[in-house]
Amino acid sequence: MAKTFDKNDDSVVVIIGSGAGGGVLGNELAQKGVNVVCLEAGPRFTLDDIENDWNTMFGRLSWLDSRKGTGDLVAGLPLWVCKTVGGTTVHWAGASLRFMEHEFKAKSAYGNIEGANLLDWPIDLHEMERFYSMAEDKMGTTGTHGIPRLPGNNNFQVMEYGAKALGYKDVHTGNMSINSEPRDGRPGCHQIGFCMAGCAIGAKWSTLYTEIPRAEATGHYEIRPQSMVLKINHNKEGKATGVVYADADGNTHEQKARVVAIAGNSVETPRLLLNSESSMFSDGMANSSGQVGQNFMRHMTGTVYGTMPGAVHWDRGTQMAGIVMDEVKNDPNRGFAGGYYMQTLPGFGLGWYAGNVGNMSADAPGKWGRNYTRDVVENYKNMAGMWLVGEDMPQEKNGVKLHGSEKDSYGLPVPVVNFEDHANDVAMRNHAYKAGSAVYQAGGSQKQYQLSPFPSTHNMGTCRMSANAKDGVCSSTGATHDIPNLFISDGSQFTTGAACNPTLTIVALAIRQAENMTKLLGQNSI
Amino acid sequence: MTNKVSRRTFIQGSATVGVAAAGAGGILANTEEAWALSTEVLSGDTALSILIMARHLYPHDFLGDQYYAEVVINLDEQAKSDSSLAEKLENGVKDLGQIIAADRTYNVAFKDQSSGLQLKNLKRIDGSDFFETVKGATMAGLYGNPRVAAFFGWEGSSVEHGGYINRGFDDIGWLPNKGGR
Repeated sequence: MAKTFDKNDDSVVVIIGSGAGGGVLGNELAQKGVNVVCLEAGPRFTLDDIENDWNTMFGRLSWLDSRKGTGDLVAGLPLWVCKTVGGTTVHWAGASLRFMEHEFKAKSAYGNIEGANLLDWPIDLHEMERFYSMAEDKMGTTGTHGIPRLPGNNNFQVMEYGAKALGYKDVHTGNMSINSEPRDGRPGCHQIGFCMAGCAIGAKWSTLYTEIPRAEATGHYEIRPQSMVLKINHNKEGKATGVVYADADGNTHEQKARVVAIAGNSVETPRLLLNSESSMFSDGMANSSGQVGQNFMRHMTGTVYGTMPGAVHWDRGTQMAGIVMDEVKNDPNRGFAGGYYMQTLPGFGLGWYAGNVGNMSADAPGKWGRNYTRDVVENYKNMAGMWLVGEDMPQEKNGVKLHGSEKDSYGLPVPVVNFEDHANDVAMRNHAYKAGSAVYQAGGSQKQYQLSPFPSTHNMGTCRMSANAKDGVCSSTGATHDIPNLFISDGSQFTTGAACNPTLTIVALAIRQAENMTKLLGQNSI
Repeated sequence: MTNKVSRRTFIQGSATVGVAAAGAGGILANTEEAWALSTEVLSGDTALSILIMARHLYPHDFLGDQYYAEVVINLDEQAKSDSSLAEKLENGVKDLGQIIAADRTYNVAFKDQSSGLQLKNLKRIDGSDFFETVKGATMAGLYGNPRVAAFFGWEGSSVEHGGYINRGFDDIGWLPNKGGR
């Protein structure tokens, strides 16, 4: 039986969000004996609620509260993230890659790039290695700690064949937080497919069935699902004192707190700070730099589908079943700074595939009619697919603002998220499209489709870390520069985005933050 | 009141197509393929026109009309509780009729036109709200139908079958030099 805490208990650490950042931070603190109340906006599901059905699970897991996308984003659904206990770790594909050394020092490595708001991280790879290793052990990441890599499915074998034919060397089934054999009380992967609809057997790491129940077992942790935090309260000294949240019935409560840590993903985290404006903090909390909500990054992404000469059955098995790592280097001779990965990704079922190719690819033969059905739809079983993911440039104009008049069901201003590609992002995407298409051509593909980015799942940078308080929102521990007992605990902290999927770094930072926070609590300095 | 419709005459939009319009709602039946489509809200003319549209939007020769008819049934079902949808579909078909009527060369009702002419006229309304509504409904209703998706190699839910770990997740046979990896 998990512990419950009184709402007036002002000795607890309140964590907002239960995904990769909030879920891990909560368990790490609880394991060290720190009392934690986690407020999660979404409902709590179990493995029994996870079905192999894209539409059902999209509706069940996704954050579908009103958001507006502008610029290059999908207007009605700028982000594809989750509103559920476990957060986006229920949906994520499992790719767990470390930053490269130079990616922590983007400004030094890339120099001044016009229009880019680049900055070096206040920490480096050497500092992070210990935490990366702890994160990989926690998550059971393949290819680390002696854990074997997953076997490659058909979609991977097509990519691997073409990539090696082109001379790429660093091609394998990746570092995945999906069990390749039973580990940590969870089974090995059954190659079910549908990873991103939630893993129905729990082979993929998610805080939903790892960190959160373990935290509860300590007796130091309470999670309150369907608790949407509306505002952070503070005292005259400017320290955070608690949060106001709405429960499932819309009733509001205040939970007192000694420390508040925000891990609501890169739109809700800055939105909450902006919505917590007061006479003392007229531009929102922790915003003396003016950087709250800015520098939103979502990675350079794109998708290539190749029509292959034989059946692939790309839905079978792990969705992100392998990677090509050769293009992740920083080689300005390619015409852009930073690098990218190729990672297999199938089409999310016939229905989504058939719509997406027409709507998102200029290479499609229109959007309907006989050529479309013959070339695109009727080749479904012969398709191979990959996702391209690389570093994008932080830009001040990209970010989260509050809508001037429109309110959500809680009465809060709707977030408006703007993202416009930087010229560097465009150059990288074009390079990646060509490389991805060439991989499939080398495997005998006569026709490829290059799809524009999906709604963003990798969201970063809107409360970034900086050595200097004027350049960002939080320090290298995630503590905000302005308010020592208010922490940023998710991907919003990222100073720059690197090329790799962000989850491993979010988890590593949460472990590091928990160590540091426990020390500060012990010293009574927060 | 039900008329027999052969698939061929139906698809070709022949004047012999059977549509029984009984007040609001209509019935289309195909005894050869043993399916029938009856609508409660959409008129027979609208239902038939949308069925023809669906077939033109995402044509697959190996799919019988009954799968396209399900798209119309879904729309009729939605229209029961959404009068603006019902209005949009009825008006959309009427507007298409008026565009055709204004064209003196081809003044034959849409549902009775040749396949090629129907396609030409559909291109004239491509992008309209009505067209996009029918297109979206056809996309979702056709490819989201698991019985249809199976024809294309979509294998559906796999967890209850133990995933693909022993069912061909790595069974690709046509890649050259596979053994030499």
